[in-house]
Amino acid sequence: MELFKSIVNWCSQPAIYISLCTVGFVLLISRYRVLSRPSVLWGLAVGIALFFIVGAQDEDFLKIITKGDNMPIVIMIFAILATLGMALRQAAVNDMRLERGLPPTEAEDRGKVLVWPDLVYSEFICTILLSALFIAWSVAVEAPMEEPASGTRAPNPAKAPWYFLGLQEMLVYFDPWLAGVVFPGLIVVGLMVIPYIDTNPKGNGYYTLKERKFAISMFLFGFLVLWVALVILGTFLRGPNWNFFAPFDYWDPHKIEPLVNINLSELVWVKWIGTKLPDNILIREAPGIVIILAYFAITPALLAMKGMKRFYEEMGFARYSILVMLLLCMAALPIKMLLRWFINLKYLVAIPEWFFNI
Amino acid sequence: MGLMNKIAETQVWKSIFRHGYPSNPRNRALAALSNVFLHLHPVKAKKSGIRLSFTWCMGGITFFLFLLETLTGVLLMFYYRPTIEYAYNDVIALREHVPMGIMRELHRWGAHMMVLAVWLHMMRVFLTGSYKPPREFNWNIGVILLLLTLLLSFTGYLLPWDQLAIWAITVGSNMARAHPFIGHEGPGASLLAIGDVSLVTPASDIRFGLLAGRFVGAGALLRFYVLHCVALPLAAGLLMAIHFWRVRKDGGISGPM
Repeated sequence: MELFKSIVNWCSQPAIYISLCTVGFVLLISRYRVLSRPSVLWGLAVGIALFFIVGAQDEDFLKIITKGDNMPIVIMIFAILATLGMALRQAAVNDMRLERGLPPTEAEDRGKVLVWPDLVYSEFICTILLSALFIAWSVAVEAPMEEPASGTRAPNPAKAPWYFLGLQEMLVYFDPWLAGVVFPGLIVVGLMVIPYIDTNPKGNGYYTLKERKFAISMFLFGFLVLWVALVILGTFLRGPNWNFFAPFDYWDPHKIEPLVNINLSELVWVKWIGTKLPDNILIREAPGIVIILAYFAITPALLAMKGMKRFYEEMGFARYSILVMLLLCMAALPIKMLLRWFINLKYLVAIPEWFFNI
Repeated sequence: MGLMNKIAETQVWKSIFRHGYPSNPRNRALAALSNVFLHLHPVKAKKSGIRLSFTWCMGGITFFLFLLETLTGVLLMFYYRPTIEYAYNDVIALREHVPMGIMRELHRWGAHMMVLAVWLHMMRVFLTGSYKPPREFNWNIGVILLLLTLLLSFTGYLLPWDQLAIWAITVGSNMARAHPFIGHEGPGASLLAIGDVSLVTPASDIRFGLLAGRFVGAGALLRFYVLHCVALPLAAGLLMAIHFWRVRKDGGISGPM
């Protein structure tokens, strides 16, 4: 039990946890035919359930997972496993059929049925089942209600509603103007432009992965790793002062975290060149500014020549530029994470005078 | 079916339903066509499209939860006053004075699950490529509905007026103060000034507009209440009507061409 706890605790450190999620994601995309077998899916479901049951023997862990507003996240884990499993299973079957020159299974029963009764009937059953489920849940568990609001006594940690905890976790790596405003805005814009930049005519109306590997990988990486995994991290593994606490740790509000993060300008001017920071803000931050400009100006051109050449030719300049800009913004989060973990980088560009930190 | 046929021939039945009891194809088609609620559906649907393994019923579950939230929400509004004097006590009274009172529980768990159902619905739509032509525009309506769902949940989170509520909204709305140009701690805010007088201050920026004050207080409570109970549900209802209508017009639930 102690060994189990220490292994879990070690694995859930943010850097390890996010890396493991990424490895899991790569496996998911590359080995989806094996992973979506019903036996594997059931195994995973039982494994996760066992993890929660065994983990719940620990008081600190039990306290976190049974907190009223945290229950949706436990449900989310199983719901995503079930739905994604079903989707990939059907994609695997369809891809095998497509390889043999057969149409996807969805094309097999091409027939139409009358909505009354065939669809209305299942909607009705679904409504009854859901009503029963929600009534049972509501009788069993009381909605959370804490002490009356007080504007002067802040709880520690103060957390946003659970579905925004991925954004709050992003605050570790980016300032609020990026994590709270620009990136959420880009998520919405990015989602909205998807139908207009995805020019691949295949995979319209049936499950497949092989025919749309790039589109599906990008979407699922954003959703599963950069959104869902961060929601879980922000809910279960972040305690007082937004410090990291492993699942079996006590949430000690006095935990001390050394502040060792350093800005790129300090790294370049003080550590590498060995002078003091220049007084002129723009010269001081020139290294970071150059890197950011190069990231957004040169990378798209480089990718258009090599790596994503096919995209550029098929999509045209406008669509390609929008796609690459959005991908670069999305990649900014993992990149910043890596920089933080490996060289303790705080900001690439740090101009607190203008509230402009990147 | 003798009795049913008799009822179906009465003047009352005929005045409500313009067709017989739906047990033959013609009446089944008419049942969907001539009913304002059922005609959200087409008369016929693809067999492959209505399989549970294809849609997971997630869009339907989202709509069900919206109706559940509307119903329980209206009931809650009878007991709840959106002022800082009463809000907290009204919610406590709901628990202590209403026998078998589970409306707030239904409302809260339903809200959480609605957020999840919307995410899973979007994942399904993405994985089946259902946003591709001719459904691009409907995907966009869907993205706005996702946003409205999150906002509905976020505004509702404040209403119990407990510690959980006020601080979650404080954390969330603090983001707004870093909004570029129009948040007082955002990059570029200091550029918006006339001479020495800054236009973007804690008492004039976007966060102030959202909260009706510098802090989450009485103004914010009323503002969130109105948004939560009137403005956002109306907007969501309107967009849902368009969303469902477009599903029909764009060829029903997606399927292979």
